[in-house]
Amino acid sequence: MIGLNVLEARGLGKRYGDQWALRDCTLALPAGRVVGLVGPNGAGKTTLLQLAVGMLAPSAGEIAVFGRDPRETNSVLPRIGFVAQDSPLYRNFSVADTLMLGRRLNVHFDEAWAQERLGKLRIPLERKVGELSGGQRAQIALAVALAKRPEFLVLDEPVASLDPLARREFLTALMDAVAEDGLSVVLSSHLLADVEHSCDYLILLMAAEVRLDGDLDDLLAAHRLLVGPRKRAGAGGGIAAVVRESHSDRQSTLLVRTDGPIADPAWSVHEVDLEELILAYMGEQHEPRLQSLPRLEANG
Amino acid sequence: MEFHRDSRSGLAPYLQIVEQVKEASRLGLITPGDQLPTVREVVTQLAVNPNTVLKAYRMLEYEGLAEGRPGQGTFVVGTLGGLPPETVPRIRRKLLPWLREAKDAGLDDESILALVNSTLREQAQARVA
Repeated sequence: MIGLNVLEARGLGKRYGDQWALRDCTLALPAGRVVGLVGPNGAGKTTLLQLAVGMLAPSAGEIAVFGRDPRETNSVLPRIGFVAQDSPLYRNFSVADTLMLGRRLNVHFDEAWAQERLGKLRIPLERKVGELSGGQRAQIALAVALAKRPEFLVLDEPVASLDPLARREFLTALMDAVAEDGLSVVLSSHLLADVEHSCDYLILLMAAEVRLDGDLDDLLAAHRLLVGPRKRAGAGGGIAAVVRESHSDRQSTLLVRTDGPIADPAWSVHEVDLEELILAYMGEQHEPRLQSLPRLEANG
Repeated sequence: MEFHRDSRSGLAPYLQIVEQVKEASRLGLITPGDQLPTVREVVTQLAVNPNTVLKAYRMLEYEGLAEGRPGQGTFVVGTLGGLPPETVPRIRRKLLPWLREAKDAGLDDESILALVNSTLREQAQARVA
């Protein structure tokens, strides 16, 4: 698996009426990675994930999982695990019935493994799902998805509704499964601290398009925050592009993509964390462009 | 040893692991021959991505502080500062009465740290001058 792409999309789009939920999306997700899918509400995250698991058909372009159309149910779907938003489960089923349903509905389903996993988490098999906590329900949904022993696991906002402890326990269980099986994961989340710890690859979706994607550490290493006296800055001297800038009367703060050491000694150079990076790219389109700030001098 | 998340450090998760191993080595808490926690153990301690742990351990190997042994795990092979293992505990023992005296005199933790840091800086300047 290593070295191959688990998912590839070319010019992928999904349209509802005349609204594009996802547009011109070209992506390659390397196998064996945990991919964090981030972006504002309505950016197209859920649409992309549902296209990846074959629940939606593309309106444009193509998507391939393991090199094939994910809607080829016989060969591809048994290799994909999917947990939809808010871990949907039958609330009147007991945990044991939920696992039995998983066994009946899937070609491969390791029910004993799922029981053991839930036993370790002290989740009682005889209880009704609706009587359990949100954290326990999320763990059941994860166990059902993992019991297929998928090679590719897709999670849509898996921890959004969980309290901090349940979130930590869920992510621990997920990371443990990644360590055990080396499966590829893509998960969408608004919780950037969780993404920073759990994921090693990032996709930022903005307004139905991919805005930023790549290895998380590489992306962080390629960006810097520059703080210095108020001045204009463009490409050159180590700056490949200015992602976002703000100017007060005396001071300028820039978040830049770098292509070498920052040459201008007037800047104090700081590393960025994931939150600063994402917010810079998310805010980019709403900030006034440099040209609209005529009071700025050309070179400090 | 056990790792912890340090969200205020601003360091990438893999660098936090690297720094915590180095600190443990400087303090003599781990010495050559000790086994570092397995990837699985770190993953369950911190809820971090296994690739993050592997990356941290690779970096420690590259720096000569650790060594991966196939099928066994990752072991400490180097030391930082090259101190004999007895040194740090001995210095630490001498520090305790001094700390007690400082506390009795009314210094709080932050004042003690500020005092140590400023003294270190003065000494460094004196050496340069």
